[in-house]
Amino acid sequence: MPQWIRACATDDVDEEDLIRFDHGGATYAIYHSPEGDFFATAGLCTHENVHLCDGLVMGHLIECPKHNGQFDYRTGEARRAPVCVNLRTFPVKVEGADVFIEVP
Amino acid sequence: MARRDYSLLGPDGARAVETGLAAAEWYHTDVPRKVMKELMQRSDQPAIRDTILLYGCMIGFASAGIALWGSWWCVPFWLAYGVLYGSASDSRWHECGHGTAFKTAWMNNAVYEIASFMIMRNSATWRWSHARHHTDTYIVGRDPEIAIMRPPAFVKLIGSFFGIPEVIDFFPRMIRNALSGPTAEERSFVPQSEWGKVQRVALVYLAIYAATVGLALWMQSILPLMVIGLPRLYGAWHHVMTGLLQHGGLADNVIDHRLNSRTVLMNPISRFIYWNMNYHVEHHMFPMVPYHALPRLHETIKHDLPSPNRSIPEAFAEMWPALRRQLAHEDFFLRRDLPPGAKPYREDFHRAALGEMPDALPAE
Repeated sequence: MPQWIRACATDDVDEEDLIRFDHGGATYAIYHSPEGDFFATAGLCTHENVHLCDGLVMGHLIECPKHNGQFDYRTGEARRAPVCVNLRTFPVKVEGADVFIEVP
Repeated sequence: MARRDYSLLGPDGARAVETGLAAAEWYHTDVPRKVMKELMQRSDQPAIRDTILLYGCMIGFASAGIALWGSWWCVPFWLAYGVLYGSASDSRWHECGHGTAFKTAWMNNAVYEIASFMIMRNSATWRWSHARHHTDTYIVGRDPEIAIMRPPAFVKLIGSFFGIPEVIDFFPRMIRNALSGPTAEERSFVPQSEWGKVQRVALVYLAIYAATVGLALWMQSILPLMVIGLPRLYGAWHHVMTGLLQHGGLADNVIDHRLNSRTVLMNPISRFIYWNMNYHVEHHMFPMVPYHALPRLHETIKHDLPSPNRSIPEAFAEMWPALRRQLAHEDFFLRRDLPPGAKPYREDFHRAALGEMPDALPAE
């Protein structure tokens, strides 16, 4: 049953950056876009299960810290080799100063 | 330990997967997120400057070599051109393959394709082999880019300074790739979606070399091959000299880059040709840091790394005896001291994964 979970405060994530959020045995990545919007994806790269939280956010792309594969974190689309499989994304909402993600 | 089997389809690779040594979590020096973000920032400017300088010098040296063809005065120009063609292409292939040299993606891709052709590596295949090299650096049976296997084959190593074994391997492989796509081993690390690209790239390379050889036959001169192809032989020495130092004589089957990689301080010309890959521990630990930021990364984390070798000769003086010792003792490796205050090497996992790996033998 999907549920909304508080992931972080809005000021926990710098603009054009991400943080890690673990919940229920799963790991997620929470992004703060240059426009001020928040997004959430699975936390591990689809290529080799490296955590994306140590990667680099460039505009709307997240680059994996291990092999430099890139995803569009808004859609999860794989954008640069060696990643071939899209990243799972999760709905996000902001209430006041809190960021919530909807997890399965 | 039994004799190493470097085949990607062999028992050592399978064992690395079974034990968790493959695709393991590697040691990283702690770097504050704010500092790392600053180090990872991309910029077009340094790589545009360096690329204009590189290609400008290549055009100048080749033009002088052609103009002076027939006299001994052409020799130094061809030697200089050869090093840029047959060695600087290695580092451009590497950095642009990572996508970190330029900020702009198409610039990385354009230089990557040109450099791949010059260094005689199928650009579609080698992008994936290098990803594996970073996942499983010097894990026997997993890493397809192990330059010095044990026991070291010195004749082959010396031949590599002139590009001989690589070129001998390249042309039959290119023809096989052009006819039927990747080989069985290549298919173990290249995703199926890319197999067609491997074949297309091989066909393009084949066409360029056929045209160059055709022109040489028509001109009754090797001059076209001095420009395309042969510099991979007569200019390879610099990238082999620097490349062997990356991991030579150090540990294999470990998950701490401080144990299996080497940082060597170098002169500015070698650093330009090598694009700062002399900071090799730093590069493997944080591959998203662009080449132009590696000296700053070195300053940031050097308190946690073995002291770098202070020059290329000093590094060879350390490595070469270790390689000779590996002829008789295949398990021998150099284990450098860490500075006071550095985190200890991650060896607990190695021992468990390898079923109690023997200690390093004392250095000679």
